[in-house]
Amino acid sequence: MQPKDYAMQTIETKMREAIKDLFIHGKVDVVIGFQKGSRPQSARPFFARSADDAGKMIWNDHCSSNVAVFLPKLFEKPQRPKEGFKLPRVGVVTKGCDGRSIAGLVKEKQALRENLIIIGMPCGGMKPPSKHNGKKAADVGRACVECVNSTTSGADIVISGESKKPAKGDYARIKKFESLPANKRWERFVAEISKCIRCNACRQACPNCYCKVCFADQKKPSWAVPGAVLSDTIVFHIGRMFHQAGRCVECDACVNACPMGIDLRLFTQKLAMDAKELFGCVPGVTSEEVPPLQTFKQDDSECFITDPEEK
Amino acid sequence: MASLQGRRILSKSNTLKEPTIVAFLCNWCSYAGADLAGVSRLQYPANVRVIRVPCSGRVDPLYIVKALQEGADGVLVSGCHPGDCHYISGNLVARRKFAMLKSFLEYLGIEPQRVQFSWVSASEGGRFAALIQKVVSDIKNLKTPKKFVATERLCNADY
Repeated sequence: MQPKDYAMQTIETKMREAIKDLFIHGKVDVVIGFQKGSRPQSARPFFARSADDAGKMIWNDHCSSNVAVFLPKLFEKPQRPKEGFKLPRVGVVTKGCDGRSIAGLVKEKQALRENLIIIGMPCGGMKPPSKHNGKKAADVGRACVECVNSTTSGADIVISGESKKPAKGDYARIKKFESLPANKRWERFVAEISKCIRCNACRQACPNCYCKVCFADQKKPSWAVPGAVLSDTIVFHIGRMFHQAGRCVECDACVNACPMGIDLRLFTQKLAMDAKELFGCVPGVTSEEVPPLQTFKQDDSECFITDPEEK
Repeated sequence: MASLQGRRILSKSNTLKEPTIVAFLCNWCSYAGADLAGVSRLQYPANVRVIRVPCSGRVDPLYIVKALQEGADGVLVSGCHPGDCHYISGNLVARRKFAMLKSFLEYLGIEPQRVQFSWVSASEGGRFAALIQKVVSDIKNLKTPKKFVATERLCNADY
């Protein structure tokens, strides 16, 4: 344990120095990172606004939240901007998954790349926050175990350190689930979804969920009535997950945020797998690539189309 | 969808033996194709409830999921053949979306026959009639009962 802790501390010091430097040279207005959480062995997102604040920032293996979630709000323009209004210059302490989310947000024009300073951290996998259900967060989360790219691509400042070795990324768990009979799959899906208390934490934690009015909050028509009706909850989850189709970077922010421990990854990962297999698209790798559902090719697969003349 | 129920397009109870199929047809091709089927006096099952949309690209996956929840036994989405879209590329973008949706719903355990996609042009009345026949017989032949139905709510859908 000792050497790893020591390595973490040096990374933390290097990160603080880099952030202090950014503030001293006036390159950023705010840096999003982590501070000590209110419980032992926890970390929570933190907005540093001065060089002094940089000293409060931490880096350890509990920094599991995806900090890209704050960017759309920070880069929101007021309806009538006052004279001399400028969008903030934001530094972000990023893991590989945060970096992929940021690339996605830049593509979708929710974040301004020129106003961003990405501080790429070495990531050895993060431990998900412990849930009130008494489960101990002993090990790194599934997202980190299955992570294929833990280093941030295109970081402006790279903090060197030891990163996790990339996993194979073969979606073995999804393929195993796929091979079950349909009624077993539906049973499992309903079993997971029926735990849901409709707190919307999965939506709030997801960097991709930045709609001004979410379909789940619309009243007329009410797509997914908030309440305890299971079929409405199913509509909510199918809707929310499908909105991530071809955009989900598999960061597991939704899974970590869920107070009921719903295994959302089992379903969101299917969409990521399909985006890769059908359209060869891995979200968040570059900021140039168009999201797969915003574009098309003439020769896209048509095997799912019903042909009445076919016997 | 709430208003659909009001107009009794969908029956909430699943007691009917005849399945109800909601068809989203694009204004420029499939709807005209359905019209042609009617004008040509082609016979096809009366289970289909047509909703006209400007383009197959207009169909939000949520509409499909919601139709299934609100009592439809099957959903059909039909648009112009690839390359013939009135808006140039609406159906091509829709094709990607539907490919993922169909695969996702199947993964969750919903029978693939319940959600179908097709292309019917304005001159293909016969194809439209055959398509409806195929979709209706597919759904009638399903061995499994419908899994995904709205149970009674405390308040009505117009919450």
